[in-house]
Amino acid sequence: MSALLFLIPVALFMGALGLVAFLWSLKSGQFDDLDGAAERGLLDEPADED
Amino acid sequence: MALAHPVDIQGEGAKAPIHELDLIVNGMHCAGCMRKIERGLGELEGVSKARCNLSTRRVHVEWESKTLTDRDILTKMKDIGFEATPFDPKLLATADENQARRLLRAMAVAGFAAANVMLFSVSVWSGQASDMDPETLHLFHWLSALIAIPAVAYAGQPFFASAVRALKGRSLNMDVPISLAVLLATGMSLFETIRGGHDVYFDASVSLLFFLLIGRYLDIRMRNRACSAAQNLMSLRAVTAQRILADGSYETVGVCDLLPGDLVAVPAGGRMPADGEVVKGISHMDASLVTGESLPERVVPGTLVFAGTINQEAPLEVRVTKSDEDSLLAEIVRLMEAAEQGRAGYVQMADRIARIYAPAVHILAAGTFLGWLAFGATVHGALMSAIAVLIITCPCALGLAVPVVQVVASGKLLRLGVLVKSADGLERLADIDQVVFDKTGTITTGDLKLRAATGLSEEERALARSLALKSSHPLSKVVAESFKDCQALPLESLVEMPGMGLSGRYQGEEVRMGNAEWVGGVEGHGADTSGLWIRKGSNTPKWIAVTDTIKEDAAAVLDYLAHDYRTHLLSGDREAVVAAQALHLKFDEVHAQQRPNDKIAYLERLKKEGAKVLMVGDGLNDAPALRAAHVSMSPAEAADISQTAADFIFQGKNLGPVVKAIRTATFARRLILENFGFAFLYNAVAIPLAIAGFVTPLFAAIAMSSSSLIVTANAMRLNWERRK
Repeated sequence: MSALLFLIPVALFMGALGLVAFLWSLKSGQFDDLDGAAERGLLDEPADED
Repeated sequence: MALAHPVDIQGEGAKAPIHELDLIVNGMHCAGCMRKIERGLGELEGVSKARCNLSTRRVHVEWESKTLTDRDILTKMKDIGFEATPFDPKLLATADENQARRLLRAMAVAGFAAANVMLFSVSVWSGQASDMDPETLHLFHWLSALIAIPAVAYAGQPFFASAVRALKGRSLNMDVPISLAVLLATGMSLFETIRGGHDVYFDASVSLLFFLLIGRYLDIRMRNRACSAAQNLMSLRAVTAQRILADGSYETVGVCDLLPGDLVAVPAGGRMPADGEVVKGISHMDASLVTGESLPERVVPGTLVFAGTINQEAPLEVRVTKSDEDSLLAEIVRLMEAAEQGRAGYVQMADRIARIYAPAVHILAAGTFLGWLAFGATVHGALMSAIAVLIITCPCALGLAVPVVQVVASGKLLRLGVLVKSADGLERLADIDQVVFDKTGTITTGDLKLRAATGLSEEERALARSLALKSSHPLSKVVAESFKDCQALPLESLVEMPGMGLSGRYQGEEVRMGNAEWVGGVEGHGADTSGLWIRKGSNTPKWIAVTDTIKEDAAAVLDYLAHDYRTHLLSGDREAVVAAQALHLKFDEVHAQQRPNDKIAYLERLKKEGAKVLMVGDGLNDAPALRAAHVSMSPAEAADISQTAADFIFQGKNLGPVVKAIRTATFARRLILENFGFAFLYNAVAIPLAIAGFVTPLFAAIAMSSSSLIVTANAMRLNWERRK
């Protein structure tokens, strides 16, 4: 049972890490333009002559 | 246009002030456009940031140079080929945008809590069957409480707020039983935890919140997309006008400062700043905003013109007849708002059920409490059973019954090329018994095609093409395209007369192409089509007929609809044209020359007769009617405002998606009703057990999640339906 003493904090910490990462990505605007993000993936950055 | 606002940089290292400008760019459609804009603006000296948002069709620019002005940015945008309109983001920042973010945050928190509380619950349930000692059990209860209580307090707010609003308004919605169940389950679990009791329901309350928040978020995202398109509508308005003063000089004024009686100059390519009457000049106006017709309207002194229409050819002088807030454009916006309020009376199916369901559940719970007391149970025991009733009846399956089907149906329709914009649109679409179509752009493709050019010699065809190549008038474009296998002939002294036509010299003879007056043709010829005349030298003028083509599957779609629905055609076009085009289509009623308010009046009349109408239309002139109808659809090529007003947007050059959407909606409603059936069946089994006091947390968790799974699986049947 003593394994629980560090397994539970580890599990909670990892879950909280995921939550914080999500809230951060939300705050930094990564969910503001989902259509644009999808289209931007098609851009071929270096090659551009027009 | 003083919208660029310098931002003070606090602290050290501040150089030139940063200017910001937000633009609406409706012509931005793909990755290529975004790159072109971002690169193009980035080339300007001093621009530090140019970022496109494709979802909202907006661009944000920041620059540090003192020499660069917002005018330069707009010029640059024009050079790259995009029409941009500046706007003030503070005026447009909607409450809804923040609400979507709050929901997403709440969803994240609830998801985190649900996953972790479930982790403890599963251990507790399996521990009860084996050897978990009371201390560990107690520890797990406390840990669950520690995670669940803050999560419920935070993530439950959207439901609590809505429930309080409903109660204040002395009505009930689905959020009332949801809030009550969540709060009671959490409160009782906390009480049990402190008491060192055996049964806690933290997992049920947070996972319920998580599931419901997913549905809420999807719903608000659909609505937000619609809103941003509505705000971009502002770009239809001219911002400034050139007022002509008494001494003949020009003065730039804001559109809102124009008064009836003022004289304004409208350059070629300019937007009409106000409603008025042409005083000087002949030109063609793109009046699609008002009439929905693709063909420009000819204007001469005395013609009435409307704000928002575009002057295509020659400068005009216009006497303003109405002030800004009385213009037709403002009127259309007002009509839309009024129609919108009329629709607010529609109550969604889930809420209609909640009005019966919520009181029934609460009475049952109260009855359980009193019943157990009467039979001699302790207050604590009676309360536990009453709360178990509330938790087990907690409308998890009920709350999911509608949104799950709607999300699956929306996904399916999206693959069929139909975008569902409002969640309750599907419900309303299943109710309809009549269908009203607009003509141009809806029944027809909106693309002009050559219909007849009889009696034209090879030379005349070639001449027509040569002249047409020099003009940008839509009719000329059609002519140039239709005769493209003819060799272009060298023409001399080519002249374009605005509002009349073209002329040139070929082999010493004058060639004219244009309207009857210009060429000398017969006025009023071919009343059921559009077209133009051509004449070489003193030959007889020849008529080139151009017409709008009917969509390929229009006849089939109308045949299909005629079985179950009454069909109507409402068009802003001329009587003869409408009659000619509707001849082979199965319409029960056909009405021509309908203005926006006529269309509304027509729909209102149908509504009074008790009809549930689906309106399908595309032009800005249809927008109020789209709002006034019970439910509405718009093709993807439609004006932005119509797409905003419509509940559905369908893609493709065909009408087929309309039928597919109606069929999917009907099937979806059947599934929703089945889902309610399942939810009630589940309640019928579970409630007696809860009343009898047999419900344990494990039983509650299994019963709740299995009922949710059944409801979800049933909704998936929409995807399995065989494609016919």
